Amino acid sequence: MVGWTDFERATIQSIFSKMNYDDVGPAALSRCLVVYPWTQRYFGNFGNLYNAAAIQGNPMVAAHGKTVLHGLDRAVKNMDDIKATYAELSVLHSEKLRVDPDNFRLLADCLTIVVAARMGAAFTADVQGAFQKFLAVVVSSLGKQYH
Amino acid sequence: MSLTAKDKKMVKAFWAKVSGKAEDIGCDALSRMLVVYPQTKTYFSHWKDLSPGSAPVRKHGGTIMGGISLAVASIDDISAGLLSLSELHAFQLRIDPANFKILSHNILVVLAVLFPNDFNPEAHVAMDKFLAAVGRALSEKYR
Repeated sequence: MVGWTDFERATIQSIFSKMNYDDVGPAALSRCLVVYPWTQRYFGNFGNLYNAAAIQGNPMVAAHGKTVLHGLDRAVKNMDDIKATYAELSVLHSEKLRVDPDNFRLLADCLTIVVAARMGAAFTADVQGAFQKFLAVVVSSLGKQYH
Repeated sequence: MSLTAKDKKMVKAFWAKVSGKAEDIGCDALSRMLVVYPQTKTYFSHWKDLSPGSAPVRKHGGTIMGGISLAVASIDDISAGLLSLSELHAFQLRIDPANFKILSHNILVVLAVLFPNDFNPEAHVAMDKFLAAVGRALSEKYR
């Protein structure tokens, strides 16, 4: 069980309530596929991922980016037991999708960069700390059911 | 994962755009690191003020950016260019190399905050690779 300060709770709720999922989701996933190209291994059937422009223009990447970002909604709504909230998703990623859990960390880093770019100066050090702590808990929970 | 000709070109072009704000970048990155990764404060017990944007933080952020600038200028042989800095880090400062990754991440966050349009995915991957190469060069003499 993770302890959250009032500031951390408020910060996470605020960031996600103001977030444009249609913009941030595609931006984060496409950035991940460009910055860490080995992550493309999971998207063999997504068509053209040949270069950065193709990735950023790819509609399947965009759609999947939105799906993944909305997946975070559950954690935002259940901050006091993210581990239990993600148990089923963790099994899915391990048994069916076979995603190396290190990839969750890579996507989380890209999401941090995208949110930082959108928020600008409002993404203070304290806000960054809260956001990164939240994502770290999500990443850890998604890796929990791997065996 | 070594720097390609394309990476070097991108780093030099991007650095030319952002180097005017080098001191701000260094100050903000270091400030963020000390807040978000509090274990890094252990290296600065000799400073009076570790708060974001304090005088020692701003000064040291500038020093670090000077090193980054040197690395950009030496991009065709970063190890050679950073030789004395490498020896400094290995024998005197002895900063655990894991911290180079932490500071690099915070530099990338600051670049995103200050240059949201220029810091696109292609600039991001080139800068990430470049900062990783700088970290490797700085750790070269450690053992």
